[in-house]
Amino acid sequence: MNVGIVSYGAYIPHYRIKIEEIAKVWGDDASSILDGLMIYEKSVPDMDEDTITIAVEAARHAINRAGVDPGRIGAIFTGSESHPYAVKPTSTVVAEAIGATPNLTVADFEFACKAGTAAIQACMGLAESGIVDLGMAIGADVSQGAPGDALEYSAAAGGVAYVIGKNDLIANIESTYSFTTDTPDFWRREGMPYPEHGGRFTGEPGYFKHVTSAATGLMKRIGTKPSDYNYAIFHQPNGKFPTRVAKILGFSNEQIKPGLVVPRLGNTYSGSCMMGLAATLDIAKPGDRIFMTAFGSGAGSDAFSIVVTDRIDEIRNCAPSVEKLLSNPIYMDYATYAKHKGKIKL
Amino acid sequence: MSVPRFWRRLKNLYNLIGTHCSKCGGYYYPPRNMCPKCRRNGLVVPFKFKGVGEVVTFTIVHSAAKDFAKNTPYILAIIKLDEGPRLTSQVICNHNDIHIGMKVKSAFRKLGEESEKGMIYYGTKFVPLIDP
Amino acid sequence: MRDVAIIGVGCTEFGELWDKSFRELFVEAGISAIEDANIQGGKIDALYVGNMSGGRFIEQEHIGSLIADYAGLAGLHIPSTRVEAACASGGLALRQGILAVASGYHDIVIAGGAEKMTDVSVETTTDALAAAADREWEGIMGATFPGLYAMIARLHMHKYGTTREQLASVAVKNHHNGTMNPKAQFQNEISIEAVLNSVMVADPLHVFDCSPITDGGSAVVLAPADVAHKYTDTPIYLKASAQASGTLSLHDRPDITTLDATVAAANRAYKMAKVTPNDIDFAEVHDCFTIAEICAIEDLGFVKKGEGGKATESGMTAIGGKIPINPSGGLKACGHPVGATGVKQAVEITLQLRGEAGKRQVNGAEIGLTHNVGGSGGTAVVHIFGRER
Repeated sequence: MNVGIVSYGAYIPHYRIKIEEIAKVWGDDASSILDGLMIYEKSVPDMDEDTITIAVEAARHAINRAGVDPGRIGAIFTGSESHPYAVKPTSTVVAEAIGATPNLTVADFEFACKAGTAAIQACMGLAESGIVDLGMAIGADVSQGAPGDALEYSAAAGGVAYVIGKNDLIANIESTYSFTTDTPDFWRREGMPYPEHGGRFTGEPGYFKHVTSAATGLMKRIGTKPSDYNYAIFHQPNGKFPTRVAKILGFSNEQIKPGLVVPRLGNTYSGSCMMGLAATLDIAKPGDRIFMTAFGSGAGSDAFSIVVTDRIDEIRNCAPSVEKLLSNPIYMDYATYAKHKGKIKL
Repeated sequence: MSVPRFWRRLKNLYNLIGTHCSKCGGYYYPPRNMCPKCRRNGLVVPFKFKGVGEVVTFTIVHSAAKDFAKNTPYILAIIKLDEGPRLTSQVICNHNDIHIGMKVKSAFRKLGEESEKGMIYYGTKFVPLIDP
Repeated sequence: MRDVAIIGVGCTEFGELWDKSFRELFVEAGISAIEDANIQGGKIDALYVGNMSGGRFIEQEHIGSLIADYAGLAGLHIPSTRVEAACASGGLALRQGILAVASGYHDIVIAGGAEKMTDVSVETTTDALAAAADREWEGIMGATFPGLYAMIARLHMHKYGTTREQLASVAVKNHHNGTMNPKAQFQNEISIEAVLNSVMVADPLHVFDCSPITDGGSAVVLAPADVAHKYTDTPIYLKASAQASGTLSLHDRPDITTLDATVAAANRAYKMAKVTPNDIDFAEVHDCFTIAEICAIEDLGFVKKGEGGKATESGMTAIGGKIPINPSGGLKACGHPVGATGVKQAVEITLQLRGEAGKRQVNGAEIGLTHNVGGSGGTAVVHIFGRER
């Protein structure tokens, strides 16, 4: 395939809450949660941040990193499960805020945690076919977990934007492969504030089945094996799942380490896997090969095989790295967190 | 603020688009459709500001109007953009760090919303240029 | 142009007047003014009503007609005009009345103002007052009036070393003056510590730095100076009426710590009255916030720029000081029913110049000045009055 990543940009809010702080409120044992989830803290949006503001900041970083002319962008797709409006696109605000209007197509995507990678695939198709010059795919969320629910320990905020095109690539996308079934492991009904999930059902029939199927499917199709890759990123709802799935597939801890951002960030849902890829691109060298598999409940997985080009070194430092965005966090207590997340109704 | 009234100014609020008088060289934000110096002789054109400036003065608002009540306390400031004009906006930073002369850059944030059912307003606030 | 005199004044008590409506406030003030002038209603040629936000506070526009009607003047078809310039609405109504008499169009004119602010929630009041700033570029960002003046205060402290205590000394002095004004909303003494320990509204301004939310009405009767003696033995003569505009937004002000509209209006007024700031014996200035009085005495030329805080702390502006400021208690203690304030200032000047100000009398007062500001300084109105024509 002659299509790939022209630029990328990430955004993570400054605030964090520690797992201990949440556990204290609900009388849970923090150390067993830390062991179970491998998450130490999670990001929390500011009072005036939502999926739209996060998507815009990530998009602006992507534009700035490679000096992309926004007028060249012919499509913007924002994947999220927390679009501020049920009806009225997030992507129109992004398009206006990066100066890409009016000659483009936009739409919002939703597929639990993999709407962002589905947006990458859509952009790949449009760019490779020549329908658009550049496409922008965003995964952003201010994900919700009901107070006291297990999800509350992981549901975080953040977003990542990728500019997809055919020229001036920092990484070539060799191939993509998807595996999708109707598996109701996690959902949120219209008008409901918090998602419901199938507990342990989200594991084997959900995450593991889809991730391994997509990953092996892609490697089979292009004839690669785990040892052909320098790095691998798997959807990270917690630290445990991606570590385990990597082991099942035959990837090492060293391969997944740079992209495993979840222990310090939490699960940014539509941003999760894409954030791991951004963190990996932050340190990858020209010629490095990267394997990525996203997972979205409902359920499906998108796998990608990516090769980094020489251009990465030219533009890498022109926007903040994921490491930079994760540094200097401001910690908050549960009461402030509850206010920020709108859990206190005024 | 009604929907059309916000929509009319949305590009300005999102991207700090003000005006420049190509006659006298003056820069204006908020935008003006007449140059206050040259008046009818002026020639104003849209101008996108870089979004970098410094805090001229500030306050921490503890008691706000209804639409802002849930965000208190927040920092309100007058910011002088590098190109010259001054504007009023909020600065998002630790309340102990804000000071006159602080260098700031623009950030995309929610300005407010009509209600839980209503329109959400987005626009430009400011954050420290350099992380403390 | 004819010279103009005040021949009667009236004022309601100021405060949270739960049992009085907007129209009742104005009519009460108007009646006491015409009784003071000893004239019949039928003699009135025109009415000017200062009112900032009837639309927001009582959901009522068409204030001119309402007042004419309830003042019993609709049957006589007396022209009645509402005047609005935010917190300077009263001062501007007074000026419109003066212009009407000076021009010769009308002889006996009532200029008054009223505001009913307590019928709505504090948040709604805050929002209505914030409409005096630029809604599209200040209000939408979360600017409040205390917030705007707090930013003036912060910069004044930064540039001139004005202290928190000096700001508080304005409130302490005005509360002291208020104890001698039976119509004032606050008639209690406060201490510097009480100001500093009061609730923070917009840092560095505390709630005791702010004028309160007030209901009230005030009115004056204006007449040509040539015939003023027919109505009263103590007409008070207008020596100057000046108005100036400044930028609506604080951020566009050339110097954020100077209300340049005040400077311009004052200079015009001094020139018109052929006086200097040194000739002014006392003044009622627009102290919507403590910092506003400090800026006012600087911008009116009573002290050098930057020295307003020190001057207040030294007692220079107290009754008995070199230039007493706000003997009525000002907006801070007397209260600030926004549309009424500018007219109330003229009522106080009149009482003082007549020697009828009771315990708060400024001795030997010959020339007094009023200073009324709209918004953060977008409008300023300055009037100078004297015992002598």
